[in-house]
Amino acid sequence: MPGAFDGETVTRRRFMTGTAHAGGALVVMGASLPAVAFAIGPIFKNDSLPWQTVGTPDMFPDDNYIPAVITIAPGIGEAGKSTVYVRKRNPAIDTQPETQFNRYIAISTRCAHLGCPVRWVPASERFICPCHGGVYDLQGVRVGGPPPRPLDRFFTRVEGGFVQVGRRFSVNSELRAFSPRDPGEPLDGIGQYLYPSRPSVRI
Amino acid sequence: MPRFKLPAPPLPPQLLPQPPRPGTQRGRPRTPIEKGLEGGKSAVDWIDERTSLSGGLRWLMFRKVPKGTNWFYTLGSASLFAFLNQAITGVFLAMYYRPDPAGGAYESVRYITNDVFLGQFVRGMHKWGSSVMVILVFLHMGRTFFFGAYKYPRELNWVIGVVLLILTMTMSFTGYLLPFDQRSYWATIVGVNINGTGPLLGPYLSDFLRGGPEFSATTLSRFYSIHMLLVPGAIIAMIGAHLYLVTKLGTTAPPWQRAEVKTELVEETL
Repeated sequence: MPGAFDGETVTRRRFMTGTAHAGGALVVMGASLPAVAFAIGPIFKNDSLPWQTVGTPDMFPDDNYIPAVITIAPGIGEAGKSTVYVRKRNPAIDTQPETQFNRYIAISTRCAHLGCPVRWVPASERFICPCHGGVYDLQGVRVGGPPPRPLDRFFTRVEGGFVQVGRRFSVNSELRAFSPRDPGEPLDGIGQYLYPSRPSVRI
Repeated sequence: MPRFKLPAPPLPPQLLPQPPRPGTQRGRPRTPIEKGLEGGKSAVDWIDERTSLSGGLRWLMFRKVPKGTNWFYTLGSASLFAFLNQAITGVFLAMYYRPDPAGGAYESVRYITNDVFLGQFVRGMHKWGSSVMVILVFLHMGRTFFFGAYKYPRELNWVIGVVLLILTMTMSFTGYLLPFDQRSYWATIVGVNINGTGPLLGPYLSDFLRGGPEFSATTLSRFYSIHMLLVPGAIIAMIGAHLYLVTKLGTTAPPWQRAEVKTELVEETL
C-alpha cells in the first residue's frame, strides 16, 4: 500500500480520516437522538387519570343511559372533556360476570369508526354517530354502519356513596375487554394483532 | 463599463443606448441619474466579481426551451408562487397566532379575523391560498403525467414531486387544526384516527401525532410546530432539488410536437 510502512494495513491518513468521521457521527447523533427521543417520548408515557365522580347510585337506571361529563385530557378546558353514558348493570342484559368494576356500565361516546361523538337516542335505544352513520345497540355493540367494533367502555366503581369512572378499555364484538384501542381498529380475529395495544394506554 | 451581462431582449432603436455626443468624454456619467445608475452597476459588479453569481443566474434563468412550450408549463411556477404566498402570509399570521388549546388559539384567530387591520385579508389569503396550492400542485402533476415529462431522465424529479405533494397534504392536514373551532377539532380527531388504521404502525403514528393517547395540550403545539417549522423547511429543500433538476435537465416538448425532418432530396456533393 502506498504511504504505508511494511506490514501496515491502515495508514495514518486512513486512521485519522476514519477517526474524524466517527467523531463527527458521534457528535451528530449526540445532538439528534435526544431530539428524536423528545419528539416520540409521549408514545411510551403512560399517565392514567384519577377516578372521576359522575353521580350517586340512585341517579342511574338500569334500562336507560344518563350522560356525564368527564375530563380525558387535563389542562385544556372544554377541549379536554368528553361525555360518557352511564347506567346501572342489568343482569338480564349484561351477561358477563359481575366484578367490583362493572356494577355500572359506562359507555364512551367516541365512535369506534373514526372518533366522532355518538349520542344516545332513548326512543330507538340506539347510539347514533353523526359523521358516517354508525349505529350501536344498548350494549354499545354495532348494529349498523362502518364501525369495526363496539363502543369503548370505562371501568366504574362505587366509592363513598358515589359512582366513579376510571380508565377506558375497548371490547370486541363478544364484549371481551382489551387495552384501549383507537377508533377504526378492529379487535375481532386478526385485528387485535394487526392493531397492537399502545404503551401509552396499556392497562 | 459594467462587466455584469445577462442576455437582453432585442430593443427597438429608440431605446438603444445612444453613443455620446462628440466632445463629451466617452463613458463618463454626466447627469445625476446616470451617476446613480453607474453606482448601481458598479455595486452589482463588485458583488459579481467576488461571487460569480451571474453565471449561476444565467444558467438558471436564461435557458433554452423546446418549441411548443405553452401555458401548461407555467403550472410549476404557479405552484411555487402559491407556496411563497403561503410562506409570507403564514409568517405574518404567526405574529398574532397563539397555539393555546384552552381557548387562546380560537380567540387569537378570532382577533386576527375581526380586529387586526387587514387581518381577515391576510388570513383569507392563507386559507384560500392553501386550496389553490393543492389544486395547482395536482394540475402540475397532471401536466407532467399527460405530457410524459416524467420519463427518462426525469424520473427522480417525479419522485421529488411526489414527496412535495405529500408534504403539501401534510401542511393542509396540520394547518386545518390551527383555528381550533369545532370543525378543526373533529376533523383532526377523524384524520388522526384514519392514520391510526394503518396496520401495526398506525396506532403508534396516532400517538406520535397527538403527543399521547388523547387529544391533549401538546397536540395543538405539535401540529403548529410541524405546520410552520418542520414541513416548510422540508418543502423549501425539496423545491430547491426540484428546480435544480428542472434547470439541469431542461423541459420537454409537448407530445404533439414532432421533430422537423427535411423531406426534399438534396444532391450529394463529394
